[in-house]
Amino acid sequence: MSENSEFFRFRGTEGYIASEPLIDAVNCALALEKPLLIKGEPGTGKTLLARHVAEGLGMPMESWNIKSTSKATDGLYVYDTVQRLNDARFGDGDVSDIRHYIKYGPLGTVFRAENRHVLLIDEIDKADLEFPNDILHELDEMRFDVMETGDEIVAKERPVVIVTSNNEKELPDAFLRRCVFHFIEFPERDLMKEIIDVHHKNLDTTLLDQVLIKFYWLREQEELRKKPSTSELIDWISVLLRGGITVEQVNEHIPFLGALLKNEQDTEAMQRFDEAGGDMPKAWSDLGPRYNQ
Amino acid sequence: MFLDLFYQLRDEGVPVAIQEWLTLMQAIAEGQHGGSLMRFYHISRATLVKSETYFDSFDRVFSRVFQGVEGEFKIEDEVLAWLNDPKNHQALTEEQRAMLERLTQDELMKKFLETLAEQTERHDGGGKWVGTGGRSPYGNNGEHPTGIRVGGESKNRSAMKVWDERRFMGYRTDLTMDLRQTKVALKRLRQLTRIGPEDELDIDATIDTTCKNAGEIELEFRAERKNQVRLLLLMDVGGTMDPYYEPVSRLLTALHEERGLRDFKAYYFHNCIYDHLYKTADMNSRKSLPTGDILRKLNHRWKLLVVGDAAMNPAELLEPYGNIDPRLEGDTPGIKWLHRLNDHFERSVWLNPDSQKLWGHTHTTRIIQNLFPMFHLSVDGISEAVQALIGAKTSLH
Repeated sequence: MSENSEFFRFRGTEGYIASEPLIDAVNCALALEKPLLIKGEPGTGKTLLARHVAEGLGMPMESWNIKSTSKATDGLYVYDTVQRLNDARFGDGDVSDIRHYIKYGPLGTVFRAENRHVLLIDEIDKADLEFPNDILHELDEMRFDVMETGDEIVAKERPVVIVTSNNEKELPDAFLRRCVFHFIEFPERDLMKEIIDVHHKNLDTTLLDQVLIKFYWLREQEELRKKPSTSELIDWISVLLRGGITVEQVNEHIPFLGALLKNEQDTEAMQRFDEAGGDMPKAWSDLGPRYNQ
Repeated sequence: MFLDLFYQLRDEGVPVAIQEWLTLMQAIAEGQHGGSLMRFYHISRATLVKSETYFDSFDRVFSRVFQGVEGEFKIEDEVLAWLNDPKNHQALTEEQRAMLERLTQDELMKKFLETLAEQTERHDGGGKWVGTGGRSPYGNNGEHPTGIRVGGESKNRSAMKVWDERRFMGYRTDLTMDLRQTKVALKRLRQLTRIGPEDELDIDATIDTTCKNAGEIELEFRAERKNQVRLLLLMDVGGTMDPYYEPVSRLLTALHEERGLRDFKAYYFHNCIYDHLYKTADMNSRKSLPTGDILRKLNHRWKLLVVGDAAMNPAELLEPYGNIDPRLEGDTPGIKWLHRLNDHFERSVWLNPDSQKLWGHTHTTRIIQNLFPMFHLSVDGISEAVQALIGAKTSLH
C-alpha cells in the first residue's frame, strides 16, 4: 500500500500551483481511496484541480457535469429503449442483445475502464437534494448492477473521485462523512504571484504589484455584488498586456474594468466612485494590515 | 492529548463522527502526516471537518490541544507516549491482573484501532468495546494494567456526566430546524400533474397502440409530470415573533429555494391579518396590498400557510378597529378576515413557533386553533403541516 501511495503522490503540476494544505488533502484522499470534496469561491480553480490531479498522476480523466436535472442513475447507465424499438422495427442492429442498448454514464465508464481514472463530479450541489445520497452506495462499493441484463459492473481500478461544490445546497451528512474535504481559500498575495507567473511569465514586477493592489482593493469593496476572482484577474492581465497599458495608467485608475466586474450594478458603483473623485490605492501600504505583514 | 482533539471538537459543536475519526487514524497509519505537525494539521482538518464554517472552531481546538508543541514532531512518538501512560488508579486483584493479558504497546495500539473499527456505537461497562468503566484495556477509567484513557475526565469523577449531557439532543427533529431537514420536509409539498409539451415516452400506451396496430410500432408520448402546488405564505413579523427570527428565516430560505413549487407568494402582517397585507417585512404601507385583492387574484386551489404565534390581545382579534397600529384601523375584526381566508382556500394550515404546551394558555391561540389546523414550527411540525395541505382531507377536531 505504501509503495502504491508513494507512487500516486500529487505534488502540483507546472500549470497549477497548489497550496500545502491542498496537496496534503489530495494525497490523503488518494491514500485512503475516499472521494475528495472541494469547495471554494467560484473561480478559485476547483474544476481545474481535477484536471491537474489527473495530469500529475498521469491518469485519464472523466468528468460528470451535474445539472439540476441530473439523476444518479444517469451516471451509471441509460438503457436506450427507443433506439432498440426502432431497430426492431427497421431491422437495424442486433436487437437480441440488450447490452448493445446499454449506454454507460461517466461512473459506469470509469468502472469499466482498464486503467485507473480520475472521475470529476462537477458542481454536485446543482442536483436534487437526494442526489449525493443516491450515489453513495456506488462510490463506497465501487460496483453496481445493470438491472436489464443482470450484469454486475465492478470497478477494475478504483477511480480517484473528486467532487466539487459551490455551496448552493447543503450536502447530506452521510455523504460528507465519507469524503475528505478541502476548502480552497482565496490565494494570498505571494501565492497569487506564483499563480500569475504560471499564466503570464516574466510580468513586469511594478505592473504586477499595481495590478494586485487594485485587485485586492476591489475585492475589499463592500458594495460589490460579485467579487472578482483569480480567473478574472488572469483574464484582466491578458487584456492589459494586449491593450499595451502602461504601469502609469494602472496606477491612476482601473482600465478595462469590464474584465473584472461582470455585473452592471458593480460597474456603475465603480463609476460613481470615480466621479466622486475617490482615491485609488497606489501602494500596498494603502491597503489594510492583512496585506502588510 | 491525541483523543482530546476529537472530544474537544465535539464540545465545540463541530460535527465529527467516529467514522471520520477512523478515517484520520487510517491516514496516520498510512503515514500521511509524514511526521510533521503542520501536515498532521492539514490531514486532520481534511478528514474531520466537512465545512469551512467549522474551520475556525477547528483551529481554536487544535491550538488548545497541541499548545506548546512546536515545529516538527513525530506523531508516532506522541501516540506511543500517550499509550505509555498507564492509568492504574484502581486496585485490581492479582487474579484479575493475571486474567487480563499484558499487551505490548504495539499490540495495544493495533487492538485499539481494531476495536475502534469494530465499534459502531457507544458502549458502557462492557468487556471489549471502548467505553467507560469497563475492564477492557481501552477506554476511560479502565482497570487494565496497560489501559488507555480515552478522553473524558480523569480520576474518579464520573465520566458518565460528561458523556451523557444529552448528547443526542442534536438528533431530535422535534426541537431543531436544520435547513436541509426543513427542505426535505417541504419536498413533500408536491402534487404531480402532467402538463407541458408531450415529450416523455409512454411505454404502456405505446404497447397498447402497437398491439392494436398488429405489431406495427407506434410511439406514444405524454407530458412530463410537474408540480401543481401553489403556495401562499403569510407571516407574522415583529413583536412577539422576534425571538423566532432564526427558525422563521430558515423556513423562508427553504421555501425560496424550493424550486419545485409552481407558484409561491409571501406577504407579511403584524399580530393579526386585517384588510391589508405587506410585501416586505418592514411593513411599508406603500408596499401593501388589500387582502381582498389577494383573495380575488388567488383561486381556492392555492395552499395557505400562515406562520405566527397566534398570541395577541383578544381585542386585536375579535373587536372592530382591533389593529394594534392606530393608523391602520379598519372596522372589520381580524377574526372575520381569518374566516374569509379559511373559507376561500380549500387547504390552509397555521405554523406556530411557540411551544405546543403554551397554546392552550392563550385565548386567541385557542380560537385560531379551532379555525386552522395548527402545527409547531419544527421539522416534524412542517412535515405534518405539509401532509395536511396535500394529503387526504381529514376533518378538523
